[in-house]
Amino acid sequence: MTAFLQHFTFEFKTGLRNTTLLFMNYLFPLGFYVIMGLVMTQVNPIFTDTLLPAMVIFVILSSTILGLPSPLVEAREAGIYRSFKINGVPAISIIAIPVLTTAFHALIAATIVALTAVPLFGGVAPVRWLPVAGIAVLAALTCSATGALIGVVSANNRVTTLLAQLIFLPSMLIGGIMMPLSILPKSVRTFAGLLPTAHAMQALEGLAYGKFNTVFDPTLSALILLTSGLLAFGMAIYLFNWDSRNQTRRGHPLMALVVLIPYLVGMLL
Amino acid sequence: MNETVIQVRDFRKTYGETVAVDGISFTVQRGEIFGLLGPNGAGKTSTLECLEGLRRADGGVLDILGVDPTRQARKLRNLIGVQLQTSGLPANMQVNEAIRFFCAYHGVAPRYDLVDRLGLKEKGRCQYGQLSTGQQRRLALALAVAHKPPVVLLDEPTAGLDVESRAELHALVQELKATGTSIILATHDMAEAEKMSDRVAILLRGKIAAMGTPREITATGASFTKVSVRTEKSVLHQNGASIPGVSRHLLDEDYAVYFSAAPGPTVTAVLQYIGTHGDTLIDLRVERPSLEERFLEITTEVLK
Repeated sequence: MTAFLQHFTFEFKTGLRNTTLLFMNYLFPLGFYVIMGLVMTQVNPIFTDTLLPAMVIFVILSSTILGLPSPLVEAREAGIYRSFKINGVPAISIIAIPVLTTAFHALIAATIVALTAVPLFGGVAPVRWLPVAGIAVLAALTCSATGALIGVVSANNRVTTLLAQLIFLPSMLIGGIMMPLSILPKSVRTFAGLLPTAHAMQALEGLAYGKFNTVFDPTLSALILLTSGLLAFGMAIYLFNWDSRNQTRRGHPLMALVVLIPYLVGMLL
Repeated sequence: MNETVIQVRDFRKTYGETVAVDGISFTVQRGEIFGLLGPNGAGKTSTLECLEGLRRADGGVLDILGVDPTRQARKLRNLIGVQLQTSGLPANMQVNEAIRFFCAYHGVAPRYDLVDRLGLKEKGRCQYGQLSTGQQRRLALALAVAHKPPVVLLDEPTAGLDVESRAELHALVQELKATGTSIILATHDMAEAEKMSDRVAILLRGKIAAMGTPREITATGASFTKVSVRTEKSVLHQNGASIPGVSRHLLDEDYAVYFSAAPGPTVTAVLQYIGTHGDTLIDLRVERPSLEERFLEITTEVLK
C-alpha cells in the first residue's frame, strides 16, 4: 500500500511538474473552455445548452487522449521502465497509476468547468448533478485507459500523435462536443457511435439533463463506455512492453482494436 | 568465500542470427567481486541483463541463490540490486522521492543515509533531470543497494564519474563486499577491474577468453616487467649499457627503461652496472604488466 501511495503521489505531482502535462491537463483545456464560453455562446446561443457537458467531456479528452500517451512512450524509450522492473514495480502499477492520476487531473479540470459554466457563461445546469459526476468519472477512466493503450501500442511518439488525433479530431467534430449529435446526418451519427465522447455526451444528456430524445440509449452508452474502458485497461496491461530495446511482446498491437467491440455491438443494438 | 551465490553454466544468448553469448560458465562466491571485462559487443551487458531478468536466456543455466532469473522474476527483485548501463528515472523525480519510491517497492524504510553517503544530501529536492551525469549514477547506485541485496550487479558504474566520486563509489563497493555482498562488476576500466575485483573474466565475441584473479591473468601473458632507472650521471644512457635478460630497452628522458621477463636478475644487474661505473642511483621503478596490457594482448590473440 505504501508503494502504491508513493507511486500515486509521484505520478500526480508529475501531472503538475511536467510542463507538457500541466498544459494538457489544465492550461489548454481550461483556456479553450474560457474561449468557447466567451465566444461560442455569443456566436451560437444554442451552444449554452451543451456548454457544460461538452466542456466537461472536452477537458477529460484533452488530458487523457492527448496528454497521457506520450509520457508512456517517452518513459519506455528512456529506459525508465527497465529501472522500474528491476526494482519490482509491477506492470499493472505502471499502467494503472498514470490512468488513475490522469483521470484525477481530468476530473479536477472537469469540476472547475462544472462549477463555473453556469455562473460565468450562462450554461444550462443539469437536472441531476449526480449522473454528471458519475459519467464524468466513467468517461475520465475510460478515456484514460484508452490513452494508456495508445501509449502502449505506439512504437514512437509520431504514432502516438497519429492515434491520439484519430480519436481527438472526430470526437471534437462529430462526437457531440461542438454540435449536438441530433443535428448530424444519420450516416455521420452512425460513425459517431465509435467514439467514446459521443456516448459520454449521450449519457449526460439522457441521464443528467433528462432528455428523452437522445440519439443513443443513454444507459447503453454508459455501459459501452464502461466495457470499452475495462477492455482498454486490460489490453494496455496485456500488451505492455517494458523495454524499447526488447521487442518481445505478448500480443500484436492490432489486438488493441478489441476495444472497439462494445461500440460495434452498440451500433448493432 | 566458499558459498556459490551466482552460477552461470553454458549460458547462451542470441539475437536473431547473431550469437551474443556463446556457452559461457562461471560462478561468483559470497562476498566476491567478479569483474566482467570485454570490448563493446563482447556480451557483458547481455549476460547481466539475463541475470537481472530483463532478457530471456536462450540456453544454459542461470541461478542466483537458487532463483532462476527468467522464471522467478518476483523472487529475484529483493535478492539483487542493479545499476544498469542504460536506464533512467523520470526527469522530474526528486532524489529523496526516488529513494522513498524504490524503497517502498522493496518494502524497506527509505535509506536517506545513502543519499548523504554518496554526496547527494544537498540534492535531496533536486529533480533527476537537473543532476549531473555523475550525480545520476551515484543515485542509481544508492537505489541499487538501498534494500541491502545479497547480490549487486553493476554495469559500468563509474562511467562519467569524477575522481572523487569514483573513489567514494569504490569505497562503498568494498564496504558491500565486506558485508558479504557478491558483486558482478562489468567495466571497460581495466585499472578499476584490477583494483576492485577478486576474479575477472575477459569476454570476447561471446566467449570467456581468460578467467582468474587479476594477478593470475597478468602472470600468464607474454608481457614483460618494466624496470625504469634514473641515475646521477646517466651512465646507462651514455654507455649503451647491456643488461642481461632484457628483451628491449629505451631511453625516456632521464630514465633508462628495460623490459624484462626476469625482473629480479635485471634489477641486480642494473645496480651492479651503476656501481661499477661510479654512478649513483636516484630512482628505480619496477612495474609489472597491467591487466590492461594483458587484456590487449588477449584481445589481439583472439581477434587474429
